This record gives sequence, structure tokens and C-alpha cells, in this order.
Amino acid sequence: MKISRAIAVVITMLVVAGARPAAAADGINPDADFKAFRDYFTKLFPNVPLNDFVNGPYSMDAELRKQWEAIDDFPPYDFAIDRGKAMFATPFKNGKTYGDCFPEKGIGIRQNYPYFDLKTGEVITLELELNRCREANGEEPYSYVKDEMASLTAYMAFTSRGKPFDIKIPNDPRALAAYQKGEEYFYGRRGQLNFSCASCHVQNPGNHIRTEVLAPALGIVAAMPIYRSEWNGMGTMSRRLVTCNSQVRGVPLKPQDEDYRDVEYFLSYMSNGLPISGPGARP
Amino acid sequence: MRAWICLAVALLFADAAQAASTEADFKAALVAAEAAEQDAGTLKNQWIPTEQALVAAKKAAAAGDFDAAVAEAKEAEALAKASIAQAKEQQSAWRAGVIR
Repeated sequence: MKISRAIAVVITMLVVAGARPAAAADGINPDADFKAFRDYFTKLFPNVPLNDFVNGPYSMDAELRKQWEAIDDFPPYDFAIDRGKAMFATPFKNGKTYGDCFPEKGIGIRQNYPYFDLKTGEVITLELELNRCREANGEEPYSYVKDEMASLTAYMAFTSRGKPFDIKIPNDPRALAAYQKGEEYFYGRRGQLNFSCASCHVQNPGNHIRTEVLAPALGIVAAMPIYRSEWNGMGTMSRRLVTCNSQVRGVPLKPQDEDYRDVEYFLSYMSNGLPISGPGARP
Repeated sequence: MRAWICLAVALLFADAAQAASTEADFKAALVAAEAAEQDAGTLKNQWIPTEQALVAAKKAAAAGDFDAAVAEAKEAEALAKASIAQAKEQQSAWRAGVIR
């Protein structure tokens, strides 16, 4: 009897001890997350200037950086900017343009995406807004992963270069829930390889995975869309997420699935204050 | 000597009996595998190898190789169940990775 009571006391103590951090962890605190996130990366890479994190692997590897700087004399994404600019200026069949769908006529606003729409209760990414703009004007939506969508977002990012991310989380439980869902997606393991986004981009930035240098999660969204040599072309944020899922042997979600938009929201919030550097080029 | 021969014959028959999967066996295995994969889909955590095993199972069945078809379907079911377990575990386990 005494032994079983002692065991019960020990178990109770363990449960109580375990409950404290768990209960604390249950709270959603984007500000605290932001500070911890930033502290983690700046302590891990004390020699990398804060704004240089947006350059991903090039901020981690000197040799790779030299190659990038050489390539950037003739950026491989230039054609996408030009194409996006032309598309942006071309009216739809009804005479309206993309600019009519966005604040500031769509120029220099990339840093405000994604945002939480209080009317619809969902995260709106730039890609989603572009396609909704098309559909509202009687046009067919584009594929979210490359080609036209990459060109449009490349141009919009280019007009926003240097502007600091300014992602807001409205004081609305739905916005906080979307943020937390994004955080959950980022840290949750998936696929047969049992990897999370964080496995590569938090636990191993700067390390090699095969020939690639893994980018830090801090600022990882700033260069989107990107030209990837591996893709032999441009790709959007959607393409990046789909590819990440495939690489861990998970079946990707549909581009612009709510989970993808939420994780982009989370990562963009973590990048607040860092400059837009897109479009970018990656190996 | 005779005992050994009897044992060998018995084993041969046992092996033959085990190997002879039927179309009905395949269909049952496929239904179980697809149900598990659908559950994994509900949890947004399907795995590519599961999908590949399902395709391989159907291909083997179409070729009349029901042994292979059943084996692939069972493999798919096992993978789908693993992905379900992973998704359920991660519903709380993701917090362990959060930067604090």
C-alpha cells in the first residue's frame, strides 16, 4: 500500500512537473516566438549581419556567395521581371489591370504579404490575391507554381526590394489560430523521412544536404520567387513548399492550401523587419 | 530418409498454398490499403511511397500476379498506417521543436 502510494506521488509529481512547460507552450505568443526565433539565428551565426539572412545559403557559405555574386552580374531572373512588368501593364479583357486590384497600384507592396483578411477569416498570399484579381476580372487563374505567376510575383517583389517585411497579426482569434497553424506546420514532422521544415532550416542551416547548403528559416521567404538552377527556371513560394514536401517523401498539398498559406504567414511574420530581396537566385 | 522426404513434400505444399493469392485476396488487401490512405489524406499526411505501392499493387494485379499485388497492397497499408501514426503523434509533438 505504502509502495503504491509512493508510486502515485512520484507519478503525480512527474505529471505536474511535465504539465508546467506544456501549459506554457500552449499559449500563442507571436511576439515571444519572434524574439526567440531571431535570437536563435543571430546567436547561431553571430558573424552574419541581420539583413544578410535574406540571402539564404549565400549568407552561410563564402564560396557559394562568390559564385552567386558572379551570377548576379546577369541575374537569371531578369527575364521574369521583364515579363511580369509587361503582364502587369497589359489590361485584362475588361480594360482593368492588376494594379486596380491592389493598394498602391501593386507597386512596392510585397512586404505586406501575406496578410490576414478579417472579412474572409483567412490568410491571403500575394499569389492568391493575384489569381483572385484575375478571376474577379473574368480571367482564368494561373498555375501557382511557376511561369506567369512567378513572373508577376517577381516583378512585384522587384518593386519592393529593400522594403522591410511588415506582417501584422490582427487582434482576432482567427488570425492567431492561422499563425499557430502555420507554426505547427513549420515544426511538424511529415513524410516518410520524418522531417519537419525546421529539421533543415532551423536545426541545420549552413550544413550541406548532398550538394546544397541549407538556408536559415530566418528571412527564407524574402527572396521569393526564385530562379533555381535545379528547376532550370523560376518558382514561386508555392513551388518551394510543394518541393519541400516531395523531398521528404510526403504527398504535397495543393498549392495555396490553407496550411501552406498559414506557414507562409508564420515565416513571414518571423521575417518582420528584414528587407525584401526577391526575386532571388538559388542553386 | 522417408521422414525427410515427407517433410520436404509437406513444406513444398505449404509454400505453394501460401503463395497462391487470389484476386479476392488482392481486392480485400487493396480496400484496406486505400481506406488507410484515405484516412492519411484526411490528416493531410499521405506519403509518396504509399501512393507508389498502391500503383504497383494495381499494376501487378492487372498483370495477373496476385502474390505481388497482395504484397504491394499490404506494404501500402502498412505505410499509410505509419503516416497516420506520425500525423497523430505530431499533433502535439511539434511543440518539442519550437525555438524557445
